[in-house]
Amino acid sequence: MTVPTTSPNPIRPAFAQGEHDGEVIVNIGPSHPATHGTIQVIAALDGERINRVDVHCGYLHRGFEKECESHTWHNLIPYVDRLNYCSGLINDFAYCDAVEKLMDIEITPRCRYLRTLLSEYSRIADHLTCIAASLMELGAMTAFLYLVMIRDYVYEHLAALTGARVTYTYGRIGGLARDLPDGWLSRLDEILTQYEEFIGRIHGLMDRNRIFIDRTRNIGVISSTDAVNWGFTGPILRSTGLACDLRKDAPYLAYAELDFDVPVGINGDNYDRYYVRMREMDESVYMIRQLIEMLPGGPINVDDRRCTLPEKELVYTEIESLINHFKLIMDGPAAPAGEVYAAHEAPNGELGFYLVSTGGGIPYKLHVRSPSFVHMGGLHRLLEGYQLADMIPTFGSVNMIGGECDR
Amino acid sequence: MIPIQAPSARSPAFEYLSTKKDELVGWARKFSLFPYPFVTACCAMEFMSVSSTPYDTDRFGAALPRFSPRQSDLLMVVGTLTHKQAPILLKVYEQMCEPKWVMAFGACATSGGFYQNYAAVAGIDKIIPVDIYVPGCPPRPETVIDAIMMLQDRIARSQHFIVNDKF
Amino acid sequence: MSAPVFDVVQQQFATVTGEFHLSHGTLVIVLHPTALLDAVRRLRSEFGFDLLLDVTAVDWPGQALRFEVVYHFYSTTHRVRVRLKTRVREADPTVDSLVPLFGSANFMERECHDMYGIVFRGNPDQRPILLYEGFAGHPLRKDYPKQQEQPLVPYRT
Repeated sequence: MTVPTTSPNPIRPAFAQGEHDGEVIVNIGPSHPATHGTIQVIAALDGERINRVDVHCGYLHRGFEKECESHTWHNLIPYVDRLNYCSGLINDFAYCDAVEKLMDIEITPRCRYLRTLLSEYSRIADHLTCIAASLMELGAMTAFLYLVMIRDYVYEHLAALTGARVTYTYGRIGGLARDLPDGWLSRLDEILTQYEEFIGRIHGLMDRNRIFIDRTRNIGVISSTDAVNWGFTGPILRSTGLACDLRKDAPYLAYAELDFDVPVGINGDNYDRYYVRMREMDESVYMIRQLIEMLPGGPINVDDRRCTLPEKELVYTEIESLINHFKLIMDGPAAPAGEVYAAHEAPNGELGFYLVSTGGGIPYKLHVRSPSFVHMGGLHRLLEGYQLADMIPTFGSVNMIGGECDR
Repeated sequence: MIPIQAPSARSPAFEYLSTKKDELVGWARKFSLFPYPFVTACCAMEFMSVSSTPYDTDRFGAALPRFSPRQSDLLMVVGTLTHKQAPILLKVYEQMCEPKWVMAFGACATSGGFYQNYAAVAGIDKIIPVDIYVPGCPPRPETVIDAIMMLQDRIARSQHFIVNDKF
Repeated sequence: MSAPVFDVVQQQFATVTGEFHLSHGTLVIVLHPTALLDAVRRLRSEFGFDLLLDVTAVDWPGQALRFEVVYHFYSTTHRVRVRLKTRVREADPTVDSLVPLFGSANFMERECHDMYGIVFRGNPDQRPILLYEGFAGHPLRKDYPKQQEQPLVPYRT
């Protein structure tokens, strides 16, 4: 019996009836805690077993690309932030890197090291969020509270630097918004020490926990060839055993000078994805400790009139600086005509920006190659054949971020 | 809105009982809010932060989320509402039973934020009535707690008809 | 800077396709739409470009071949990227689908179809993915006004 409702159905499902008697169609989402509020999964169930799955995304499509076509290269940085909002700084830096490649700008050494440090810091925040959410969905409230506590320290710390807790808008073309305040690095050291203590407790709670192993081992298994065919990158691809990491394969920023490992999994199941993320966070902490030692002095912003705002005293006293400032704000930094694709290793995988410019301060086209979107295309491979309850840990381990998936 | 009734409409005893009943029911309802976290975007990060240490909505009785609209009374729309998601929001709102309150959490839920394009709805109050708007992109956890406290004051002050439309 | 595999690709493709150039470390190959599927098959099987990164399009209104469909591939063995570009007309914006070769092509082609109206011949599923049923038009085309909303739920008065 259908109950009339005032709201229309925004999607067309791939299947509306079961293939045989006994197959039940169930709608999961989009307003569902397991699917992070923006993914709809229509599952054909045989008892508890998922036979077929139809994944629908787009419930958070906010028109990012269209919006960016009417803002200057600088003005759209807040939009870029809100792609993978768990690790806002990495989006900023990947985008700024793409524009800097297009404009042929080389950033200062201090900026390079600082961007690397903050990228790894953001990676820690993202992995903390992913693991906390997926553990909480399995019922491990304690682990969630521990991890979110550390994440809160990270947020407050980044707020001391950038002014915001979650969406920072800190990257600038040719540099960063501001330099580190006093005492920031010593607080960073305290947070990393506290992190290590808490992560030790999470390892103790989860790693050999019978319930956790039963729920995640051999669930959501995918092989390396399948993963590459379906476009998986990042921790999911690494959990299958393939050591593909842009930080090692095509080093950018200061990664070529750092000593770190790329953790890989064995099976390609949920447990491996959890463990790869835990180990990646440890590697990030190791990298941050190296970067604190290696951080050089010097200016943050490159001394280039095409992108860097001049000093305020000069703007108020010299006419050239005034006009330069005015042009940069009103028209935007003038990029040459051309196109570029630049990718960074985001916590979810390869985050790429494809920019097309026809000259001028406004992009002609700005496309984001988002890892979450491509992963949603391959999600059915991880869900089909397993139980309905297995969808919870599998979806949590894929770390679908709506802002990045739907853009 | 609280309707204004003529002074002679009710006896003083009834008014006294009615006020006391409203205070009691208001106290009970405001300290046992069950939020339905209609979570979509970046504000979810601050929602997670405000639900856990050190901010903790559990102190206000508003921590336990209920993921079924039938079992919740505070609809927290956390994040941007797009046109594709609007029917879902309307359906969830309609499925909630009275009394229910709606919190527009964040700039996007309040007014569309800075997404002024074909995809985003310019504020959820175009679709459903809103009781409290929380500004911020995303709002700091203290702002959210302030909003919950303001909503609790509002619940405490309002009339709660539990028997019929007069008492 | 040019990777050795780029030279090999260029030699092998020289008889078949049009232009090559390097763009910030990525080899760019401009093809005719009919040569697309074969080229991609060869790139995957002979040269190891096994990861399809991205499918998107660029709208050049006013040009005879209005839409430029752009593909990005990555080789997990050579660790370099290749960009394939092809042009189609507005009246018949059809290219071959890469779904037989790459599973990940499905969602990406659906998005390109949603946003630009490019039809992918051979993709069985071209339902809207980011937009919703009943949305008229293709928003990323330059002639679609940015603020033209098509609400599904009528607004409250």
